[in-house]
Amino acid sequence: MKLNNPVLFKELKLRFRSVKSFNGILFYLIAMCIFVFGFIFTTMNITGVSYFRPSESFILFTLLAFIQLGLVLFITPGLTAGTISSEREKQTLPILLTTSQSSLQIITGKLMASIAFLLLLIVAGLPIYSLVFLFGGISPMDFARVFLFLFVTVLAIGSVGVLFSTLIRRTVVSMIATYGTMLFLSIVTGFLFLIAIQMSAYSYFGTGASSSSIVGYFWAAINPAVLFASILSPEVGNGIAEMTQVEFPIWVSYLLFYLSLTVLSLVVAIKRLRVNMKRTK
Amino acid sequence: MIEIKGLTKKYGTFHALDNLNLTLGEGTVFGFVGANGAGKSTTFLIMATLLQPTSGDVFIDGVNVRQNPAAVRKMIGYMPDFFGVYDQLKADEYLDFYGASYGIPEAERKVLIPQLLELVNLSHKRYDYVDLLSRGMKQRLCLARCLIHDPKVLILDEPASGLDPRARVEMRDILKTLKQMGKTILISSHILLELAEMCDEIGVIDNGRLIAHGSVAAIQDKLRGERVITVRLVGPLEKAIAFFEEEPFVANLEKTDAEDGLTFTYKGTAEEQVSLLKRAILNDVLILSFMEHMTDLEDVFMAITKGAE
Repeated sequence: MKLNNPVLFKELKLRFRSVKSFNGILFYLIAMCIFVFGFIFTTMNITGVSYFRPSESFILFTLLAFIQLGLVLFITPGLTAGTISSEREKQTLPILLTTSQSSLQIITGKLMASIAFLLLLIVAGLPIYSLVFLFGGISPMDFARVFLFLFVTVLAIGSVGVLFSTLIRRTVVSMIATYGTMLFLSIVTGFLFLIAIQMSAYSYFGTGASSSSIVGYFWAAINPAVLFASILSPEVGNGIAEMTQVEFPIWVSYLLFYLSLTVLSLVVAIKRLRVNMKRTK
Repeated sequence: MIEIKGLTKKYGTFHALDNLNLTLGEGTVFGFVGANGAGKSTTFLIMATLLQPTSGDVFIDGVNVRQNPAAVRKMIGYMPDFFGVYDQLKADEYLDFYGASYGIPEAERKVLIPQLLELVNLSHKRYDYVDLLSRGMKQRLCLARCLIHDPKVLILDEPASGLDPRARVEMRDILKTLKQMGKTILISSHILLELAEMCDEIGVIDNGRLIAHGSVAAIQDKLRGERVITVRLVGPLEKAIAFFEEEPFVANLEKTDAEDGLTFTYKGTAEEQVSLLKRAILNDVLILSFMEHMTDLEDVFMAITKGAE
């Protein structure tokens, strides 16, 4: 991948010339502001005091991290699932594919442009996060970890979006597939974790033996909400380790799974972008 | 420059291309004629590395399209029959993006882009958004885009389709300029007349098979059985009628509506046609003009493709 990536620069140019992009940032920040100021206002009204405690600030940070995770998970498929298929629909893809740019350059350029916009969203939301620091209760390390895992999650979902966009001709179908994957990873895995734990407990019921559920651990480890909960509150991680009898750190499994998903999606997308002229049918 | 060997493309049992063989020299302007769905675009898509053939090979300047598509992409400029443009990109930015995509340094692009816009008569639209240009302008801009990396071969799929007569003439003028620049050009059309004027060679494709290939004149001679000739005369027509009635390849001799001419069909070769004119003059037939009609090309094309069925 060259630093001078024409697709990346073209995409950035097009994206930031669009009014839709600025509207997107505006609505994202409005949503975050409503939540933060609403939370502070409600908390102070309920507690009946005119100040904000560091412990409440931590709760605010946790909720803010989940809200941001939700928003970013919701936005990412919309930004990435049409990257290639929309070029195909607009009939600009054949011309692009006859240029000297490698498939790697095209795919990474598309992904990086979308990720750059998501990073802008996150950076634009930093002043809102800074309110949390004002009231204390959060370490910069907590903050860095949340953003690191947010970035890893966005990268993986974005790569899946680019993959579906490459494989599926129509943007609408590609969007549905990407949103489906996102919902599976963020919600369905939670249910599967609960089912796996219940089944594990049922199997050992009455035997007195401790139940180990690797399957349950797997579903928990790839769920972004569980991961965020475990990095913000280590008790959650300990609780899952207790339930599943698997001591391996969740964040390591999460990192391995999502980075593998990213690499696999990008490799397949790069392979499938162009016709393999050498293959003989 | 271009060699197509046994090119076949099958979709299930349907043959989009059936054992296509073609060789073109450097600097040739080749017109690919055929009805819609005959196999023109399929051939071009394979040449542009966008479609995998079922069997056969295409060599461009000795490079096999199947073995080294990346090298082929650097040598060709491809213009599809239908193409889109990016919203919110200006004409010069559009060319700059593709220039960068071909690895042309920025300093070179800055010099090249105004020259290309000048070539396609779009200098005045340099800072206009591409999606706001007319169809004819978009076609010309796409042609400039094809030229940005100075390719040896231009593959133009129906470049004049959907254009008004003025835009067609402008496109034809640009292609003539490119021909003078020594580019090898492959251009497809389903309108034979559109190509006849600017092409050195023509290939007629039907149902995936190349049914005729050669120079425009040779194709005309080979494919049509007869040509229509109109002669305008000075003085009485009787002598001319008597002369032409005696000629072996003349048939359907009639007076024209203008009353000073004759029209007839002629089945002889081009050389025999020259000889006919020479003999007429030697026999004191006072000929003011001797004109061959070109309008039967479409009929000829229809006859060939019908024959191929």
